[in-house]
Formats: sequence, structure tokens, C-alpha cells
Amino acid sequence: METKRQYEVVFIVDPTADDEVSKLTESFTQIITDQGGVIVKAETMGKHKLAYEILHHKDGTFVLLEIEGSGREIAELERRMRVNDRVLRYITVRVDEDRRRADKLKERRARKAAKRPERAHGGHARRGPAMDFSEPKAD
Amino acid sequence: MSTNYEDRSRGGYDHDDDQDRRPMGGRGGGRRMHRRRVCRFCIDKVDLIDFKDVRLLQNYLPERGKILPRRISGTCATHQRMLAEAIKRARNIALLPYTTD
Repeated sequence: METKRQYEVVFIVDPTADDEVSKLTESFTQIITDQGGVIVKAETMGKHKLAYEILHHKDGTFVLLEIEGSGREIAELERRMRVNDRVLRYITVRVDEDRRRADKLKERRARKAAKRPERAHGGHARRGPAMDFSEPKAD
Repeated sequence: MSTNYEDRSRGGYDHDDDQDRRPMGGRGGGRRMHRRRVCRFCIDKVDLIDFKDVRLLQNYLPERGKILPRRISGTCATHQRMLAEAIKRARNIALLPYTTD
């Protein structure tokens, strides 16, 4: 049984080739689906100023892809992006593990919140006898 | 007399205002001032820090572009680790600078 992995891929496209962005994203999604991956989300984040120059470009168009698959299609996608001069930079981040962890924490927090009022009541009940000085020492 | 005592205790609560202090690069702001530092991410119950959230990450990147140490921001170890990872990813794709000169 092979568990599906989830990735977030962000790549920066040359802003002078702005009309190619949709074409490029399409071809990349095509590559992913050909390799057996699933595109969960494809979103153009728009044109942003780069924090530093990349190949003398001061800004670029950011595109975000969310991909679900085995990891093999990521290798192919990265190879294609490396070769393409329109892609200034890309980053792939595996997100499924961190997300699962976040969900777990959230669930645990919800469970704890549901339990807490009960426990507070128990604490008070325990304090009762400890403060009970009604019986004087019989000596 | 009792009212007097109450007044004094209220004065002590002024410290609570410190929680609202933004962990910006307040140079020399609180080195010796013994401020109560609280992890903002723990308060907001953040489980995941996204590297695309530039607005958030920028709060932890003073003028020079270095990652704000947690002894200043008060971020807990777990969240500082997540934060550092996110900032480094953001730097890689030019959302944040490595250095600013």
C-alpha cells in the first residue's frame, strides 16, 4: 500500500513572458497527470516584486501548484522546470506530513477542551476533605 | 486602607500590556527590562506556518534580514523551528531577502 504524498510547488515565471504563464502551467499540469499525479490546486499568485534579483529580473509571476502523487511526477516536473528558461526559480515542499501533524494537534486540543471542565470540578472536590478541620485531635 | 491596596495591585497589572508588544526589531528595547515574553503562535494556536505568508514572516525579519532570535521575540522552540524553516523557504523563492543592504 502506497500512501499518497502531497506537495506544494511554487515557481516563478519570467515577467516579460506573462502571456505564457497559463500555457506553461497547463503544460506542467499535463506532465503531472501523464505521470499519474493529481493536481489538487493550480493558482496564479500574481506578479510580485522579488526580494532579490534573479538573472537580472526584479519581479516575477508566482504560480502555485498543489500536487498529490507518489513523488515520481515531481522528479519529472522539476527536470522540466530546470530546463525551461522561463522558469526563474522553483521550490517543492512536501506538505502531507506537516498537515497530518497539524490535524492531530488540532484534534488533541479539541479533545482536551471538551475534557477540561470535568477535571476542574474533580480538583475542587479533592480539595474539600483536605481543608476539613472539623475533627479536633482526641488526645 | 483596603482601597489603597487594591490600587497598588492594579498598578502591577501593567505588565500584562507587554504581551501586546510586537516582536519587531526593537533595538535595545528590552534587554534589561525583564519583559514577559509569550509565544504569539501558541496564543493563536498555530500548527502550521506557511512559507508563502510573507506578511507574517516579515514580522520576524528585522531590517537586516536576519531571523529574529527567540530570546527577543519570545517564540517557543517548536514554533521558532517552524518559523525558521518557513523563512528559509521563502528566501529561496525570493519572497524574502537573504540580506538587505
